[in-house]
Amino acid sequence: MQHVAIADQVDELHDPTSFITKYIWSQDHKVIAIQYGSTAIFVGLIALALSGLMRLQLGFPDTFDFIDPSSYLQFVTMHGMIMVVYLLTALLLGGFGNYMIPLMCGARDMVFPYLNMLSFWFYFVSVLILLASFFVPGGPTGAGWTLYPPQAILNGTPGYDWGIILMLVSLAVFVIAFTMGGLNYVTTVLQARTSGMTLMRMPLTVWAIFVATILGLLAFPALLVSAIMMLLDKLIGTSFFMPALVSLGENLDYTGGSPVLFQHLFWFFGHPEVYIVALPAFGMVSDVISVHARKNIFGYRMMVWAIVAIGALSFVVWAHHMYVSVMHPAFGFFFATTTLIIAVPTAIKVYNWVLTLWKGNIHLTVPMLFAIGFIFTFTHGGLTGLFLGNVTIDLPLSDTYFVVAHFHMVMGVSPVMVLFAAIYHWYPLMTGRMLDEGLGKLHFWVTFLGTYAIYLPMHYLGFLGVPRRYFAMGTTDFIPASAQDLNASITIAALIVGAAQMIFIYNVIVSLRHGKKAGKNPWRATSLEWQTPDVPPHHGNWGPELPKVYRWAYDYSVPGAKDDFIPQTQPVLEGEQSEEAEAMRK
Amino acid sequence: MSLFKTLQEKPWETPEAAGSIAIAQDFDPAKIAVRFIMAVVGVLFFLFIITFLARSQYPDFEALAGQPWQPFSDASRLWINTFILVFASLFIQFGVRKAKEQRQDAVVIGVSLAAFFSVLFLVAQLDLWRGMLAMGFYVNTNPANSYFYALTGIHGLHLLGGLIVLANVVFRVWYDDKFSSISRPLQHCATYWHFMLGIWVVLFALLTSESETINTLAGLCGF
Ligand code: HEM
Ligand SMILES: [Cu+2]
Repeated sequence: MQHVAIADQVDELHDPTSFITKYIWSQDHKVIAIQYGSTAIFVGLIALALSGLMRLQLGFPDTFDFIDPSSYLQFVTMHGMIMVVYLLTALLLGGFGNYMIPLMCGARDMVFPYLNMLSFWFYFVSVLILLASFFVPGGPTGAGWTLYPPQAILNGTPGYDWGIILMLVSLAVFVIAFTMGGLNYVTTVLQARTSGMTLMRMPLTVWAIFVATILGLLAFPALLVSAIMMLLDKLIGTSFFMPALVSLGENLDYTGGSPVLFQHLFWFFGHPEVYIVALPAFGMVSDVISVHARKNIFGYRMMVWAIVAIGALSFVVWAHHMYVSVMHPAFGFFFATTTLIIAVPTAIKVYNWVLTLWKGNIHLTVPMLFAIGFIFTFTHGGLTGLFLGNVTIDLPLSDTYFVVAHFHMVMGVSPVMVLFAAIYHWYPLMTGRMLDEGLGKLHFWVTFLGTYAIYLPMHYLGFLGVPRRYFAMGTTDFIPASAQDLNASITIAALIVGAAQMIFIYNVIVSLRHGKKAGKNPWRATSLEWQTPDVPPHHGNWGPELPKVYRWAYDYSVPGAKDDFIPQTQPVLEGEQSEEAEAMRK
Repeated sequence: MSLFKTLQEKPWETPEAAGSIAIAQDFDPAKIAVRFIMAVVGVLFFLFIITFLARSQYPDFEALAGQPWQPFSDASRLWINTFILVFASLFIQFGVRKAKEQRQDAVVIGVSLAAFFSVLFLVAQLDLWRGMLAMGFYVNTNPANSYFYALTGIHGLHLLGGLIVLANVVFRVWYDDKFSSISRPLQHCATYWHFMLGIWVVLFALLTSESETINTLAGLCGF
C-alpha cells in the first residue's frame, strides 16, 4: 500500500488562526517543541542557581546565614532532580525529539498532534507542582534525588511531609506526560516517514531519539511504580518500603517493608534514564560533527547498532548503583560485567566520532566546538565510569566527590554540551536567524574550560574521601585543610560558568530579532529538516507536497559531485556512481 | 527477522535516480500506539508483580488465600467479577465483527453492552473493596492487602482510561456521522480490552495464590 503521511489527509491540517491556538494550545510539533524547550531551560536555570548556592556554601562555609544544613539538602535534591528529569529529559526528547522527528522523517507533524499537546501541558503541570514545593510548609524534599526510603518520608529529613508528596506527584505526572509524548515519537518514526526514507536512511539523531524513547517508555513505569508505592507508604501507612522502625523514640506503625526494593525499582528506572538523556545527545552530536566536518559519519551502521545495543544493555546494569547496599558477590560480579560490556558499544561510538573528524574538512563553528568539547567531557566521564563499575573500586569511592565528578562529566556536562551544540546548530532553522558567533565562542570557552576547573579537582576531593551531600566538612581528620582551598576555587569556577550561561541566554534572546539572517540551509547540510520550502518551516512543514528521499543523510564531500554536500532529496547525479555499481563494473 | 535485515542495509551504497522507495506499510498509527501502550502497561504490572513476589518473602506478609479466614480462600466474588469482564471483552469483540460487516445496529448493541459490563466490573471491584474493608482487611494492615488494593486500583484506572478512549471513538464517529470508519478504532479498543482481561486474570491468579505457591514463584525469581 502506498504510504500516506498523516497530515496529507487534509482534514488533519487545520491551520491555526488565533494567537491562542497558534502559541498556547498549539498542536504543531514545532511550537510544542519550543514550549517544551523554553519551560525546560527555565527550570534548568533554577537548578543552576541552586548549584550556585550549594557551591557558595561549600567554598565559603560559615559565610552565608541563609543556607543551613536543611536547605543545603533541599538544594541538592531539587538541583539533581530538575537537571536530570525536568531539564535534560524534557529538553532532549520533548524539545528536540518533537522538533526533529517530523522534520527529519519528512512528516507534516506528529501522528497524534492532540496527544502531543496534552503531553506538553502535563509536563507543564508537573513542573508547577514541583516548583510549588518551594512554597509549602517545610519546603521541598531534601531526600536526595534518589529519594531513598525510609528517610525520604521520615521526620528529620527536610520536606518529609509536603515536599516529598509534591515531588512524587510531580514525577507521576511527568511520567504520564512522557508516555504521551513518547507514544507519538515512536509511532511517528515507524509510520509517518516520507517515501524513500527507509529506517537506515534516517539521520542518527532520529535513530537515537527513537531508541531513547523506547527506553523511556519501558523504564519510566518503574519510577511510576515506586512513586505510587512510596506515596501509599507516606499517605496511607502501607509498608511496601518502610521497615519496622523507631523514630524519635517512638515506634512507628510500619512493619517489615524493604527499602532495598525501592532501590531496585528506582535504579531500574535510573540507569536507563542515563541513556535516555545520553542517546539523543549521541545522535545529535553525530549529525553536528558530520555536517561541520563535511564528512559522512564514520561507520553509520555501527553507530546504529551501538545505539540499539546500548539501549538493550542499559536494562541489565542497574544494580551497579547499589554495590554498597549489600548484594550477593555473584550479583556484584554480574552487574560489574554487564557494566563493563556496555563500555564496548560506547567506545565504538567515541572512536567513530573521532574517525569522522580525521581528515575531515573541520569548520570550527560554535556547534562544532561544543561537539568536540563533548567528545572530551564524555570520554573523561566514561573512563571514571569504568572505575566505578567495579565493585571493589566503587565501595571506597561510593558517596564521595569522585562519584559527583564522574556523573557530572558523563551525564551532566556532556549532554549539556550537545544541547548547546544542537541549539547553535538548529537555531537558524527554528528562528531564521543565526546566533552571534563571537558570543558563542566566548560562551564555549568559558563553559568548556570552566567545566574542567570545576570537575577535575572534584576527583581528587573524592580520593581524599570528601563525602557527597555534606553541608560542611566539620572536623574530619583525614581530610587535609587544603581541601578547602580546592573547594573555594571550584566555587569560583562554578560561579563564572554559571554567569557565562547568561551570555548564552542573552544571545538567544537578542538574536531572535537582531541575529544575522540565516537564509536557507546555512550549514549546507544534507538532512531533510534543512530542505523545507520556508525557514523557519511553516505549519505542515512541506508546503503542498511531501519531499521524496533518494539517499542517506551523510553524502558530504562525495567525490565527483559539484557541491560538497548532496541533500537527501537529490536524485542520483550524473557522474555519481553508487559503490555497488562500481563494484559490479570491476 | 526483518529487523536484522534492516539493520544490515548499507544506505550509502544506494542513491536512486528516479522514483523513490515507497515505505510500504499499513498506515495505522493507532495500531502501533496500542501495541506500545500494552508494552508500557505490561511493564507497569510486571514490576508491581515482581515487587509483590519480593515483598512476599518478608515475615509480615500474609497471603490472601489458603486458610479459611482469609478472604480469597473462597474466590467466588472474584469469579463473578471475572465473568463480568469476560462479557465486556466478548461484546466488544462482537461489536468489531459486526462493524466489519457494517451492521450498525449490532455494533451499537455490542459496544453498549461492552461499556455496560466494563462499568459493572468497576462497580463490582469497588464493592469488593467495600467487602474487604468490612471484614477488617484494611489497606495498611498487611502488605498483601496493600497490594490487593494497589493492583486492583491501578487495573481499574486503566480500564477507566480505556472507557474514556472508547467514548471518544464513539463520539467522533457519531459527530462526523462516519459509521463506516469505526471498524479499525474499535478493533484497537477490543485489543486493549482483551489485554486488560489478560492482566486481570494474572492478578486474579496472584491474589488467590496460597503462600506455598507465592513462595515457589518468588523462589523461581530468586527472592
Ligand atoms: C554549573 C553546573 C553545575 C554545578 C556547579 C553543579 C554542582 C553540583 C553540586 C555542588 C552538587 C551537590 C554535591 C553534593 O553536595 O553532594 C550537585 C549534585 C548533583 N548534580 Fe550538579 N551541578 C551542575 C550541573 C549539573 C547538571 C547539568 C546535571 C544534570 C545531570 C547535574 C546533576 C546533578 C545530580 C544528579 C546531583 C546529585 C544530587 C543528589 O545527590 O541527590 N548537575 N551538583
Ligand atoms: Cu548506572
